[in-house]
Amino acid sequence: MTSLERAARPIAWAEPPAAVRFVEDAWTVAVAELQKLAHDPTELLTRAVQPVLWLLVFGQVLAQARAIPTGHIGYMDFLAPGVLAQSALFSAIFFGIAVIWERDLGVLHKYLVSPASRLSLVSGKALAGGLRALVQAAVVYVVAAIIGIHLQLGVVQLVAVALAVVLGAAAFATFSLIIACLVRTRERFMGIGQVLTMPLFFASSAIYPIALMPGWLQALAKVNPLTYQVDAIRSLMVSGGTASFPLPLDFGVLVFALVVLLVIAARLYPRLAM
Amino acid sequence: MSNVIETAELRREFGPVVAVDGLSLHIEPGEVFGLLGPNGAGKTTTIKMLITLLPPTSGRALVAGYDIAREPRLVRRSIGYVPQLLSSDGALSAVENLDVSARLYHIPASERRRRIDEALEFMGLGDVRDNLVRTYSGGMIRRLEIAQAMLHRPQVLFLDEPTVGLDPTARRAVWEHVRRLRDDEGTTILLTTHYMEEAAELCERVAIMHLGKLVALGTPASLADAVGPDASLDDVFTHYTGGNLDEGGTYRDVARTRRTAHRLG
Repeated sequence: MTSLERAARPIAWAEPPAAVRFVEDAWTVAVAELQKLAHDPTELLTRAVQPVLWLLVFGQVLAQARAIPTGHIGYMDFLAPGVLAQSALFSAIFFGIAVIWERDLGVLHKYLVSPASRLSLVSGKALAGGLRALVQAAVVYVVAAIIGIHLQLGVVQLVAVALAVVLGAAAFATFSLIIACLVRTRERFMGIGQVLTMPLFFASSAIYPIALMPGWLQALAKVNPLTYQVDAIRSLMVSGGTASFPLPLDFGVLVFALVVLLVIAARLYPRLAM
Repeated sequence: MSNVIETAELRREFGPVVAVDGLSLHIEPGEVFGLLGPNGAGKTTTIKMLITLLPPTSGRALVAGYDIAREPRLVRRSIGYVPQLLSSDGALSAVENLDVSARLYHIPASERRRRIDEALEFMGLGDVRDNLVRTYSGGMIRRLEIAQAMLHRPQVLFLDEPTVGLDPTARRAVWEHVRRLRDDEGTTILLTTHYMEEAAELCERVAIMHLGKLVALGTPASLADAVGPDASLDDVFTHYTGGNLDEGGTYRDVARTRRTAHRLG
């Protein structure tokens, strides 16, 4: 193969260093996603209906029944952080549909033939998935304030909740992207998406304390990132909310899950275009 | 003069199916080269290997002087690609689409705006630059996609079935732009097509693939002469591929082509 000659022509402009490129590329991908949302926010708004129902219907009924012991805080105060995390999860878990859609269209190929690294592409997608969830968080805060949930509105708490929401939603969006890479068609994805959401949701402390669960479910809950996301949000969002785990552990688990999922996604993402 | 694309015994298998079977090709700088063949001949698989979306099973290829297996990032930086499917995002405007590309190729901020304006002007899309691409006609989308693939001035442009699903007027407009890219920029262009008219119109040389193998290679005129007096490129195609009725093309290929045609139409 020595006959293959080099005809490489140097590129006309200098590229920034790899680390800078990574951040810029991920941000470019995330911004494109957010621009799409800005052009057509319908999906985002319809997804905001569900958490409102959980708070207004499910929450009110269970609070009346006093069926779930939540210690020194009322059930509505206990539930609101869970509903926030849940709404972020439900919208993030179907993120993969958009990826399959992009693959069917061909937009995916465009990204994959660009010089951007695979990791930066999936990180950008994950960031967009995380930032979208902030819209839902805002809706939940407004509804929660209206129905008299005791919110903590300090800047530090708000920023920390936002961070927990973004990290968790980014992790679940990446998880969804991985599923999309594995199943490859929308039909199969819809089925699997439904199957995964409920166990993730029920095997977490979103709507009842872990202590109420049978042992096997407690074990599942303890390896479920959603539990740590809810735990962090609960202690930061409502007055008197207490964390079951130390906050650094909650955030550590979320960051760890996100990084592991991103690395796996970066490996699988190019397979979608093959 | 060194070659812009060189492949040596390039091969790709999908399970028991050999999609590309020992392809060796040389494409010179500034050439418009056509890869022809019926559905399932291995054209798209070949392109996907050259643009680093699909690793070859064996064999080697250099694109713009870089090895597709060992230097994929450098290959990607040197090429532009317009897939058979749609590559511009319908939920974004033309400017937003171009901006994503400009940023991913790290075109300096000082040049980004100017190049985007130029590209829109060149493709005749200046008036609709802020409209969502989903409101465009098929021909406009194709022109935008070519503009997007050319923004970083790649050495090689890959066009996979660039005019599938376009009406004759839109098709001629795309041809015109392809020719201008070659003449003004000296871009080397590799395109696949199964429209013989398109190959005869645009390509300096064509290769005909059949069942993963290269079965003919030459200028459109020399291939026609070899087949017989007064032979057209259609006759050449039929001669080498044994007629393309009921050959190749899986259900998925057909579905994709129809879907693309439907979206563009």
